[in-house]
Amino acid sequence: MDFLALFDLAVLDSTIRLATPLLLACLAGLFSERAGIFDIGLEGKMLFAAFFSAAVAALTGSVWLGLLAGIASSMVLSGIHGLASITFRGNQLISGVAINFLAAGMTVLIAQDWFQQGGRTPSLIGGGRFEPIILPFAESLRGVPFLGPIYAELISGHSILVYVALLAVPGTWWLLFRTRFGLRLRAVGENPAAVDTAGVSVVGLRFVAVGICGVLCGIAGAYLATGLQAGFVKDMTAGRGFIALAALIFAKWRPWHALWATLLFGYLQAIALRPDIIEGALGFKVQVQLLDALPYILTVVILAGFVGKAIPPRAGGEPYVKER
Amino acid sequence: MTAPAIELKGISKAFGPVQANKDISIRVMSGTIHGIIGENGAGKSTLMSILYGFYKADAGEIFIGGNKTEIPDSQAAIAAGIGMVFQHFKLVENFTVLENIILGAEDGGLLKPSLSKARKTLLDLEKEYDLKVDPDAIIEEIGVGMQQRVEILKALYRQANILILDEPTGVLTPAEADQLFRILGRLKEEGKTIILITHKLREIMDITDTVSVMRRGEMTATVKTAETSPEELAELMVGRKVLLRVDKAPATPGDVVLDVQNLKVVDEQGVERLRGIDLQVRAGEIVGIAGVAGNGQSELLEVLGGYEDATGTVTLNGQPIDLTGKYSDGRSRRDRGIAHVPEDRQREGLIMDFPAWENTAFGYHRDAAYTSGLLSNNAAIKADTAEKMERFDVRPPHPHLAAKNFSGGNQQKIVLAREIERNPDLLLIGQPTRGVDIGAIEFIHQQIVALRDQGKAILLVSVELEEILGLADRVAVMFDGQIMGERQTTETDEKELGLLMAGITDTDKPHTMAEIEANLAHAHGNASKEV
Repeated sequence: MDFLALFDLAVLDSTIRLATPLLLACLAGLFSERAGIFDIGLEGKMLFAAFFSAAVAALTGSVWLGLLAGIASSMVLSGIHGLASITFRGNQLISGVAINFLAAGMTVLIAQDWFQQGGRTPSLIGGGRFEPIILPFAESLRGVPFLGPIYAELISGHSILVYVALLAVPGTWWLLFRTRFGLRLRAVGENPAAVDTAGVSVVGLRFVAVGICGVLCGIAGAYLATGLQAGFVKDMTAGRGFIALAALIFAKWRPWHALWATLLFGYLQAIALRPDIIEGALGFKVQVQLLDALPYILTVVILAGFVGKAIPPRAGGEPYVKER
Repeated sequence: MTAPAIELKGISKAFGPVQANKDISIRVMSGTIHGIIGENGAGKSTLMSILYGFYKADAGEIFIGGNKTEIPDSQAAIAAGIGMVFQHFKLVENFTVLENIILGAEDGGLLKPSLSKARKTLLDLEKEYDLKVDPDAIIEEIGVGMQQRVEILKALYRQANILILDEPTGVLTPAEADQLFRILGRLKEEGKTIILITHKLREIMDITDTVSVMRRGEMTATVKTAETSPEELAELMVGRKVLLRVDKAPATPGDVVLDVQNLKVVDEQGVERLRGIDLQVRAGEIVGIAGVAGNGQSELLEVLGGYEDATGTVTLNGQPIDLTGKYSDGRSRRDRGIAHVPEDRQREGLIMDFPAWENTAFGYHRDAAYTSGLLSNNAAIKADTAEKMERFDVRPPHPHLAAKNFSGGNQQKIVLAREIERNPDLLLIGQPTRGVDIGAIEFIHQQIVALRDQGKAILLVSVELEEILGLADRVAVMFDGQIMGERQTTETDEKELGLLMAGITDTDKPHTMAEIEANLAHAHGNASKEV
């Protein structure tokens, strides 16, 4: 039996890659929900961004234009969610569900119309993909015992969006807890009336939060289709938006906790790809289907409230109506 | 002569068909305390919301310090030097005092410099106005009195010269209210202008310089406080003479109807809400329960009303009643002759979207008079409701109107009619006149006294001390789930009860405000946990 193999560098390396879209989506949800707007449409926004980034990258050959297209398309859906739930004070859950359906249908429909490949985009090659970045001295330091391989394998060699996601964690923390914008954002999710009477626009703040959510979901989706994979396939988000929501609750709406939570999910996804290692560690064969289901099982367990009491932002889910 | 601090000219505002403010003109001189008094729905809050930029007036002009000023939003009101302390505080509960104070008035993009500047300013303000708060305390962990001071500091931090307070004493004990009034006096000395909105006549008489009376959206009079009387103000508010005192003969208590021994309630979090209550209510007497909201009064009513489990012994007319299990529900209580007018009539007393006639049947819908076979006899219920509405002067007297379309006072009359007309041995009644206008208060009090005079036992829970002192024959004061003492209402006063409400039992000794506050923070802490 080989327990250490469970923490093989290759497994940890793919943990980071698989955790990246989850982390970006989780932080996206964090901005939105901290401002009091529940967003179960993370899934749809990611899917939309995945398709449009892959499509534009395939058509133009530029992954950067693809990324921009992904962000823009995700922002469009954010705008719809904002309009429905902030401006028209609609039900945030229903708006989110609608966005998920819209994205699931439209991506395949447009893909078929544009590329005639059964709802896929062509495989991305060359400049159409985000290539791994080799950090300085990665190769020359590989020989250093213990730390060398960690640097070369684990830390170096990811696409730029992975580093963007990791830097977004301290960035989010700083923005939320060290700036005026963060104070107001947190306040509007707890008690919008306090923000309103202080002379700050509740609607404006919430739209900014939903906008940031759109940008982060856009990056997450673009990474799925142009970094992790090479092109868009139908339903390629595979519930990652919901896993990110579960991670958000698990993280109790805190940025650093969100990192650890999404790494845990990422690890479960990564280990599921290596049934041989599991068999080696446990000494018996585990059904691949069960391994694949593990992240989703954990999601259900978390959403059912088995991980202790998580108190969401108090004004979450409620449209703000001025009252005396 | 200097220009008035605020002058409103011809302000009108309609919400659909309802004219909330009709051609209102008012002048408030600088450095005075100006009271605005009126019944619920008279338009006081609407007028102040217009002044604070929450609503836009349909017509009229606002002058601040002599200059015509447009106030399209709260930002503009703050810029014009207006600060507002709302009835329901606008604080972020899990932020610190300091964070709440700077919210919206930060000095730059980063928090740290704003916070340290605010800390200094706060110290100065504290000294200047004697407003003590702990800048690092979390809002949900401090008492309402301190929360209110945070609201006042928020306004002062934004350099408000005009301070509007909407029903500020509703949540305070008498001692806290006195402290608030001292602070307001101090602010006035420093040249601030204060507008105090209230429905309590005594506050107006105690602290204001001038007072304006509103009735049905109109300003009926503005008078100097020194030249008026509570009776005159009440008449101006209601439009007819009202009796401010409850007119009742001394009680003649009979046998013990309700006997409560060592009653305990533990809530879901394992916190003891009632910690051994002993209480008796006799036939023909009204026993009042006073106390700061959240000290176990609600739980007491819930146990006796049959929707909260408890341990201990409770007997009614000498027979024990179940505190847990199948026969401890509301229906069993009603069968035993206990009627209950709950504290929160809109949540527990009525279903707001249902018509009056259905609401009249609730709880008694199995009554033979209301049923025919397995079906409910709607015609009979409606006819009975129409009669009840007539007797209790419910306006408008339409059984088909949804409960939410009646005013607070008329809603209460519907609940009261349903419960009192069952001829109960014991009536439980919580906050009978909360949100009820003066005219209706008089009627409701008369009904309760009439029931007492028929020899019924009445347990009254109210956070309004004035009401307890006026209506009850005997008063028990609750603090932190216990009864701190009992008094005959003729032999006590607000000051003594106020100390008991703060958990201080040696009421004949002098006590400092700090001591009272420390005790109260504890009691308020319980209250906030409950919500």
